[in-house]
Amino acid sequence: MVLEMTSTLEAAGLVKRFGKTRALDGLNLTMQPGQVMALLGPNGAGKTTFVNLVATLIRPDAGTLQVNGLDVARQPAAVRRNIALAGQSAAVEPTMTGRENVIMVARLFGASAADARRDAGAVLEQMDLTDAADRQVRTYSGGMRRRLDLGASLVGRPRLLLLDEPTSGLDPRSRLELWDVIRSLVASGTDVLLTTQYLDEADHLASQIAIIDHGRVVAAGTPRELKRRAGRNVVEVRVRDLSSLDRVAAILTGIGDGPTTIDRPTHSVSVALSADTERIFAALRPLDDTGIAIDEVSVRQPTLDEAFLALTGAPKEEVA
Amino acid sequence: MSIAITPPRGNATGLFVSSGQIARRVLRKFIRSPQLVVVGTVQGAMFLLIFRYVFGGAIAVRGVSYVDFVVPGFITTGVLFTAMYASAGMAEDMSAGLIARLRSLPIPRSAVLIGRALADTGIQVWGLAVTVAIGFLVGFRVHSNWGAALAAAALVILFGFVFEWVFVLIGMFAGSAQAAQGFALIVFPFTFVSSAYIPVATMPSWMQGFAENQPITVMVNAVRCLTEGQPAEALLGHPTSYFVIRSLVWSVGLIAVFAPLAVAKYRRG
Repeated sequence: MVLEMTSTLEAAGLVKRFGKTRALDGLNLTMQPGQVMALLGPNGAGKTTFVNLVATLIRPDAGTLQVNGLDVARQPAAVRRNIALAGQSAAVEPTMTGRENVIMVARLFGASAADARRDAGAVLEQMDLTDAADRQVRTYSGGMRRRLDLGASLVGRPRLLLLDEPTSGLDPRSRLELWDVIRSLVASGTDVLLTTQYLDEADHLASQIAIIDHGRVVAAGTPRELKRRAGRNVVEVRVRDLSSLDRVAAILTGIGDGPTTIDRPTHSVSVALSADTERIFAALRPLDDTGIAIDEVSVRQPTLDEAFLALTGAPKEEVA
Repeated sequence: MSIAITPPRGNATGLFVSSGQIARRVLRKFIRSPQLVVVGTVQGAMFLLIFRYVFGGAIAVRGVSYVDFVVPGFITTGVLFTAMYASAGMAEDMSAGLIARLRSLPIPRSAVLIGRALADTGIQVWGLAVTVAIGFLVGFRVHSNWGAALAAAALVILFGFVFEWVFVLIGMFAGSAQAAQGFALIVFPFTFVSSAYIPVATMPSWMQGFAENQPITVMVNAVRCLTEGQPAEALLGHPTSYFVIRSLVWSVGLIAVFAPLAVAKYRRG
């Protein structure tokens, strides 16, 4: 039996211009129900513009965009009943308590006073803010504000939650805490579209990643698929003498799966490996035999720059 | 973890409930920012005392004591200074992302502006009460009748509602609270080059042309005639109805221009 399912998001040829800039330039994207999709890309790639289109804050210049089968341009009011938005800045009122903030948003979503109070209590508990619920938000830390912002957007029970760079500007610990909260949402069945500049964030949270640049999706797939294509590990070697850099580069090029990058100021060479970890040891053995003085060897995940390089064939600044 | 939350509702939240929630938020913010309440009050009182006791002695007004002349000016122009708060508040909400959140909610789009206008009008009433109280303390008296004085208060509240739209629009264009404060300095030429604090007849003739024909002068004179009666009419050269009607025409005109502009700007984001 074939079940015809409505996509959570369906964007086709989406264009949005601001003056002469094409923030979105024919973007195509499909998001299925039950997914967490990460839009990954550098600043100015069009991520926020796309989220604002889904949130009906702005209207597309061309192309179509549907949320659960509803057209954002023709049925914006219906779309707004399906979504909730948590933006880059925590959109909460500092002079109100956490509880008052959530109750206000619940009331704006149409809950009665009694329901709003009960739902706010549940959301604050889920966000681990019960102890701070009756304090004014101006006393909250940055991480607490983000969690409250997230809680406020959840209180309307959206089918699709939009998170625009939910962890930007947070310290590492708050970032991990927020990741936990977002994962618990996913477990409770909310579809999530989030934007991020960090590959590791997309990797930790998303089941699907769409890489966006210059207003288009340049690559999409599961984190595994994309990482396989981007090179699963990056081996980086830092030599003591600059003169030996080219010899090391030649060796790494021999075993690597992508282009070798030489960074002279830091005396380092890096290359991506798409296969298993045994290759890493194989790569380092000849290096050891040469007797070249090596300061540091590290194996790490590709950075966003390297993923761009591998997936688009050009550094992210130069993708046309 | 699953949480028991009321399932989504089919319809958009009503205008009444949503405007009420927005208004409540604006009022809470005002009441819980003591610096705003205290600084606003102290500033108003200080200016009134300076004009009453420092400049007042040097300004002669025919047939009316200076305190009775100037307090209606302060009461009326106070509306503009309070409205500066509305424009800063609106700019702050825009830049903090709160307006984006509100625009993504299933509420009537007019609710945000209506709610704010209601709350700011409430704040105007508070500002009016403070200025009137200080006015009475420094010797201001009503020389017409209390019915006319109440009509003057109602007019002042109407003017507050009128300028709300002008300043909310400024706030939306400003981008930040600081910029909004900067743009709001436009109130100074309009308040000082008016009949609010000194008789227009003492100004150079080219300036009188502007002062006599701008809305603040008409509004101040309406309030002045309503509270001071015949001596004020004699001083200003027109009956009370002349100023009241003109101030109402200005009010309707300003709302007709600025409210649709503010709504359009809000809709476009």
